[in-house]
Amino acid sequence: MSAPGGQVPEHLLRDLTPQVLGVLVRRGVDFAAAEDAVQEALVEAVRRWPESGVPDDPKGWLVTVAWRKHVDVVRSEAARRTREEKVSAEPPPGTAERSDDTLLLLSRCCHPALTAASAIALTLRAVGGLTTAQIAHAFLVPETTMAQRISRARRTVAEQTRAGTGFDTPGDVTAVLRVLYLMFDAGFSGKGAAGPDDIDPAAEAIRLTRQLLASVPDDCEVAGLLALMLLHHARRPARWRAPGELVPLDEQDRGLWDTRLVAEGVEILQRALARDRLGPYQAQAAIAALHDDARTADETDWPQILEWYDELVRLTPGDAVVALNRAVAVGHVDGARAGLAELHRLDPALPRYDAVGAHLHELAGETETAARLFVTAADAATSTPERTHLLRQAARLRARIR
Amino acid sequence: MAKYLLLKHYRGVPEMVPGTDAPMHEWTPDEISAHVAFMDDLIEELKATGRFVDAQALAPRGAFVRYDGEGRPPVTDGPFAETKDLIAGWMAIDVDSEDEAHAVAARLSSAPGQGARPLHEWIEVRPFLTDASEVTDGPI
Repeated sequence: MSAPGGQVPEHLLRDLTPQVLGVLVRRGVDFAAAEDAVQEALVEAVRRWPESGVPDDPKGWLVTVAWRKHVDVVRSEAARRTREEKVSAEPPPGTAERSDDTLLLLSRCCHPALTAASAIALTLRAVGGLTTAQIAHAFLVPETTMAQRISRARRTVAEQTRAGTGFDTPGDVTAVLRVLYLMFDAGFSGKGAAGPDDIDPAAEAIRLTRQLLASVPDDCEVAGLLALMLLHHARRPARWRAPGELVPLDEQDRGLWDTRLVAEGVEILQRALARDRLGPYQAQAAIAALHDDARTADETDWPQILEWYDELVRLTPGDAVVALNRAVAVGHVDGARAGLAELHRLDPALPRYDAVGAHLHELAGETETAARLFVTAADAATSTPERTHLLRQAARLRARIR
Repeated sequence: MAKYLLLKHYRGVPEMVPGTDAPMHEWTPDEISAHVAFMDDLIEELKATGRFVDAQALAPRGAFVRYDGEGRPPVTDGPFAETKDLIAGWMAIDVDSEDEAHAVAARLSSAPGQGARPLHEWIEVRPFLTDASEVTDGPI
């Protein structure tokens, strides 16, 4: 037991939250009820640990307390309903199970019956251990809105679980990965945590994916997703020139990239690829790794990137975004004309279609067309930084024409 | 304190000051950066002085939508006509007086454009209707 009088380490509680929750859910406790019990146990820990010191087995301590809280609730509810009905809710053996329940929990939170936004919020709350206020702040909605979104999501999960469509088989990892990817992307388009109370969804997504990989180390796509996140996260310091001003990949100061994250991402990816069970996240990570590997934009190995895009098309047939990005790679390998030919086979209503067209026309030396398309693309942009960036691109080309 | 909505428009404002009406994509990239930086600084300043409520930019596209009866899909009217007043974004502030709201709007309007000259952009200033006060001796 650690010396009393210290602070309760917040990261320890946050890491333990999903594990404790997982134990309760594994024992058959309803998801929402388990969450309530774990919250109460955390409150208890924050109150008692500063005096008693952190227990030697903090997880076991939290499980015991959470279980007791849950049993209390069940007993008082049962007592209300009927005096005869005795609930056999004997506390379990003292130490917690060592099995890792991260996947079980994540698959509950990322149930396909939930929208992505709800799944992300519930995951951050239940597995990430964040407060509703922090999550609301990160997604720029009022706290009451976020509280409702989370409690509706919990109800949906509880209904699905009761209906027997609860969702905890290994195949469900695909749905979990999608939610974690979207969580990362939600954070990636932002500028990260600015204040002490701010959370950074991208960093949270990385933390959760790490936990998931630790619990299913043999899943190559989990490794692929983690590598993809790390390889993109590494570029973040170079991604903003000033607040609100996005810097595209080919203009980034590559000296600002986090080489430690790149190295880690590459290592995780290589280990996954060596197992020869390729999937879309590994292929995307491979593309990111090739970009990260180039010391200057001109040194980018476009032929290899194109090969990976061909793999990606094979793995995700019909994915229009992949096809759009592939057109850029084709433009860099076989020339702008070939890239434009690929582009013109796609639906012009696709998001970023005009932005890609502008890029390829610039590559073809058609400055005027490119400038015009950058303006059209700016009007279709979905974020202010992206809009500003595209207007700047148009302005850059206009200046060249004059 | 009183809240005001400051509206920026893509179009549909009184006549611009001559020489300030070039669209942003005709500026230089540095002029665009300077404009964006000015806006960010102004928001930071309003936050630091306790006057900032919210700010949001809007895409230039959109549609009018209305109810068309039970069981029927909503009716849409769009894209917008070229003549439609088109809002580009808003900033909500909480200030002591209408004069102060106008002063903040003027600061917004002084954002640099081409050649680092102030844009003199028209800003629409609208007071929020507040909740009814608890203490009143009047007819309502």
